[in-house]
Amino acid sequence: MELIILLFIAVLATFAGGELIGKVPPQLHTPLMSGSNAISGITIVGALIAVGASGNDRLLAIIGFCAIVFGTINVVGGYLVTDRMLKMFKKK
Amino acid sequence: MKENLILIAYIISAILFIIGIKRLGKVDTARQGNFLSAVGMLIAIIATLFMMDAIPLEWVITGIAIGAIIGAVSATKVAMTAMPEMVAIFNGFGGGASALVASAEFFKIHGGSAANNDTTTLIIIMLSVIIGSLTFTGSFIAWGKLQGRITGQPITYPGQNMVNGLILVGVVIFGYLAVTNMSGFVAETTEINMLWFSIVIAIGLILGILSVLPIGGADMPVVISLLNSYSGIAAAMTGFVLQNHALIVSGCLVGASGLFLTNIMCKGMNRSLGNVLFSAFGKVDKSAVQKTTAGVTVKEMSPDNAAYTMQAAESVIIVPGYGMAVAQAQHEVRKLSDELEKTGVDVKFAVHPVAGRMPGHMNVLLAEANISYDKLFDMDEINDDFACTDVALIIGANDVVNPAARHDESSPIYGMPILNVDQAKTTFVLKRSMNPGFAGISNELFGYDNNYMVFGDAKATVSQFVETLKE
Repeated sequence: MELIILLFIAVLATFAGGELIGKVPPQLHTPLMSGSNAISGITIVGALIAVGASGNDRLLAIIGFCAIVFGTINVVGGYLVTDRMLKMFKKK
Repeated sequence: MKENLILIAYIISAILFIIGIKRLGKVDTARQGNFLSAVGMLIAIIATLFMMDAIPLEWVITGIAIGAIIGAVSATKVAMTAMPEMVAIFNGFGGGASALVASAEFFKIHGGSAANNDTTTLIIIMLSVIIGSLTFTGSFIAWGKLQGRITGQPITYPGQNMVNGLILVGVVIFGYLAVTNMSGFVAETTEINMLWFSIVIAIGLILGILSVLPIGGADMPVVISLLNSYSGIAAAMTGFVLQNHALIVSGCLVGASGLFLTNIMCKGMNRSLGNVLFSAFGKVDKSAVQKTTAGVTVKEMSPDNAAYTMQAAESVIIVPGYGMAVAQAQHEVRKLSDELEKTGVDVKFAVHPVAGRMPGHMNVLLAEANISYDKLFDMDEINDDFACTDVALIIGANDVVNPAARHDESSPIYGMPILNVDQAKTTFVLKRSMNPGFAGISNELFGYDNNYMVFGDAKATVSQFVETLKE
């Protein structure tokens, strides 16, 4: 049952994601791609859970640790680089 | 109770992501949108830490610190011209992280310590691992192509389709083996399971490399956008494995919006996604390209004379391309536009949807040089203006102004909408040499009667223009 509910959420989120992109001016495509890329770094949440649940298993902890590093690079780098791009879009 | 609080926190971060993406779509609110989405991310992370019973702090803090330093340094140090590559790399890490999380979950099932070890979960784990590792290597290949470390030309070999087909079949077979061996009986078949699983990871990694290599460098923006969508899907899959709502919602948001954006980009080139990914540039008839290169005579003009022509013009449309980015000429271009406006010339900028290596790449660069964005026009807005314009100044753009796209069916860019620069009274093309552009296609515009080539480094040439105008 739980799986069906999750699927339900996924379908709604997918449609929402599609609706959000519509009349975006081309000049914002790069920042938008970069900004949504940062959001895909949400997988860091999964990495945290993986490390948290690793218990005494060394291998799991190491995999989870690498995932945290990768995910954080994605999140921090993604948001900062997007902000840097957007900072330059100002009217004279 | 605690459970519900965390879910509420996830709902808040989902709302912030949605509002964030929405605001990212408008110039005035974009920066704020990005900030809101970052806050959403912070809330999701903190809520997750709060949920965990025993936080192995040393792992978490060290991991976040290392990642944050790498991410922050590369994001602040990278040159604006190398932005697309940077996004590709960040994206690759995201995909890699998802693959790792799914792998960890697999090992947990393997060790018998996982809550869910049913077949559905195992299948989702396989999908997440494949998509995640494919995103990881694919993004790095895209980065290499944009950096010029790997040739921008499509890499093809005989039997390529066969090999790719075999790999796809292989991934299904080994994935199936790993899944069926796992669900049901665990302990006895452990080693063979690990072997199947490693093969699945390896195939995912190889698939990423092989699927991006045959795509031409000029199409990398589309590839990066698609890989961005993939990393979202991988995150969502991981969410299903962990039954985590935040991962599912955000992953699906990115997956869907990324796919839409990819589609918009393909439309800008008047091609289908399938065409970008599987054919076109890969199967260019070399003889056709050669044919158009031969026998073209071009006229050259000195920078001084070109500057005088522009000074005497009423209107100038500047068409920037990747060459401007490479030469870092955007600041000189701003000076040129200022000088020309001082003498009463009407200056506009025409930005093709796929100019540069990413949609919006030119806008970012011109904005960096403080050129007000109400002087920048999209292709559809400005294309009719070329006919009544005196000078079209093409700085390092090539394929997006190639008239062959309109009539030459043998050209790989046939059908792509282009900027109608050839309708201007005079066109100047700033170019290093007569070498073909990034896509490797010769440009018939160069041989037109009203076109003049101004050879040299774009930055040096434009600053020469500025000098001449100042005198």
